[in-house]
Amino acid sequence: MTAIATSRGRSATTGRPSTGRRSKAAQKVGLWIGLSLGALFAGFPALWMLLSSIKPNTEIFQYPPTFLPDTFTLNAYTGILTNPEKLRFFTNSYTVALTVVALTLFAGIMAGYALSRFQFPLKSLVNTVVISVQAVPPITLLIPYFGLVVWLKLYDTLWALILTYMVATIPYAILMMTGYFNTIPKELDEAVKVDGGSSLRALWQVLVPAARPGIVSVGAYTFMVAWNEFLFALTLTQSRSNRTVPVGIQLLMGEHSFQWSEMMAMSVLGSVPVLVLFLFFQRQFVSGMTAGAVKA
Amino acid sequence: MSATTTRPIPAPNPLPTPGPERPRTGPRTRRWWRTSLTAYGYMSPTLLVMLVMMAVPVVMVFTYSTLSNVIMVRDPEFVGLENYATLLGDPIFRKALGQTGVFTVTSVALHLLLGLAFAMMLNSGLLPRLAASLFRVIYILPWVFTASIVVILWQLLLNPNGVINYVLETLNLISTKVEWFSNPDLALGSVIFINVWAGYPFFMISLLAGLQGIPSDLYEAAAIDGAGWRAKFFSITIPQLTPIILAMAMLDFIWNLQQFPIIFLATGGGPLNATETIATYTYNLAFSKRQFALASASGVILFLISAIVALFYVRHQKARD
Repeated sequence: MTAIATSRGRSATTGRPSTGRRSKAAQKVGLWIGLSLGALFAGFPALWMLLSSIKPNTEIFQYPPTFLPDTFTLNAYTGILTNPEKLRFFTNSYTVALTVVALTLFAGIMAGYALSRFQFPLKSLVNTVVISVQAVPPITLLIPYFGLVVWLKLYDTLWALILTYMVATIPYAILMMTGYFNTIPKELDEAVKVDGGSSLRALWQVLVPAARPGIVSVGAYTFMVAWNEFLFALTLTQSRSNRTVPVGIQLLMGEHSFQWSEMMAMSVLGSVPVLVLFLFFQRQFVSGMTAGAVKA
Repeated sequence: MSATTTRPIPAPNPLPTPGPERPRTGPRTRRWWRTSLTAYGYMSPTLLVMLVMMAVPVVMVFTYSTLSNVIMVRDPEFVGLENYATLLGDPIFRKALGQTGVFTVTSVALHLLLGLAFAMMLNSGLLPRLAASLFRVIYILPWVFTASIVVILWQLLLNPNGVINYVLETLNLISTKVEWFSNPDLALGSVIFINVWAGYPFFMISLLAGLQGIPSDLYEAAAIDGAGWRAKFFSITIPQLTPIILAMAMLDFIWNLQQFPIIFLATGGGPLNATETIATYTYNLAFSKRQFALASASGVILFLISAIVALFYVRHQKARD
């Protein structure tokens, strides 16, 4: 443990630690041990999920447990992919997440433009409200949402989820889009206006194309938030045909709790979209997360 | 904002110079009205969503909390702060309040420690590039899983007959199979553990960015002065990271106060209320006991606590700008 601590401490210094009491080789060994332990902690559960999804159910609770499957089977996956009821969870999640992305980007781009390029009365109030809504606990909103969604006749529809998710995603999108637009020189869009174009045209012709990388990463992040949401999906929908993946997994878990390999396969399939997005947009996710958090 | 000095304009034909700026007369000119209207036009989708799904619900929940049981009775009466008094008189609520504190403080502290440790290992510069990015992806992995998958995964791992107990038994660390979630003495710790696993990457990423922003000549100067790693860590790394750590800790504090799915799915607040927090308590009041007014009061209390922390956060951010 001390070796790890030491290498950690040194590592904090620079890429080139001075030759101190310990040699660089010893530091490296300590670092690799520390990193491997960390990777075991972070990655083993995910690996176990993957391995369990290709084991037959009887093998999952075999004691002592097997690491690699004795019997390799894809039954859990084919079971899900051929079952329309389970596939429905996935189509619902895609429908909700993609709609939220589209609407959030629309609202976020427009509002980001206004905040980046216009002076208007109560601007700073709008700004403060947009930022501070992120502190309102979802569980606090849940009770009025329940009443509101029933009143709007949206209870047990995917629209209930789409609308409520936008409250969480729009402020983030606005923050990020305002930031991106601020980095684009004003002259670019003002030129369009000088040539007689409307401000809307300046936005769509100049700013949106220029901010495309930002838009894509906000979209990816929004997709993730919407894909992963659980609380509102649990309480604002009711029928099985309107459930999303996070709730669907729990439903199946409650009904046949012995079907572990299927639960694990479902979890793998449920994580794939976000994982793929994450691998593609890793850099943007990371910068977006830190920017959003530190600026907010 | 002096926009004219930033970057050269790539347009081929030079822009007509704006000429002497029209004098900004008071906020009543036609131009002012037009700009304001346009700006609000752009803001309108956002304002509509925020009004309907944020402002109205917040007013509603405050109102609900002062009425006799709403939603369940037709004409609820105004009862003032009675619901709040009922809550504060309930030992389970007070227990939930305390456990929310324990859950939140422990989670934030461990998120910070793990995030810092991992970020520093990844930032050491002693690794081949490929290894560093591979480890980074593995370390961020817990963050991409949705809460219900996180919980199901750990329920499999921490099952009495699961692999964690097997490993602990093989290492002779335990003699009987541990019931991680159904033992009231262990349940809160187990839930915190899962929450730590799922949440540290957020800290790690921000601290990694922070570490990369520390100028290396600070360390070089310290090395010349003969500072060891301990001195460097405590007098350079930590002070340089403090603004990020403070900001992240406050944000993480707000989020963990409100953490619902992990606790709800892992234990539902049980056994014997051992993992009850304000969030699960509020949910159970509303959706299993149908006490919507009481639940609203409980939700408002959580809201107020979050708002206080958020206020500190905003003031801290403003001070930094």
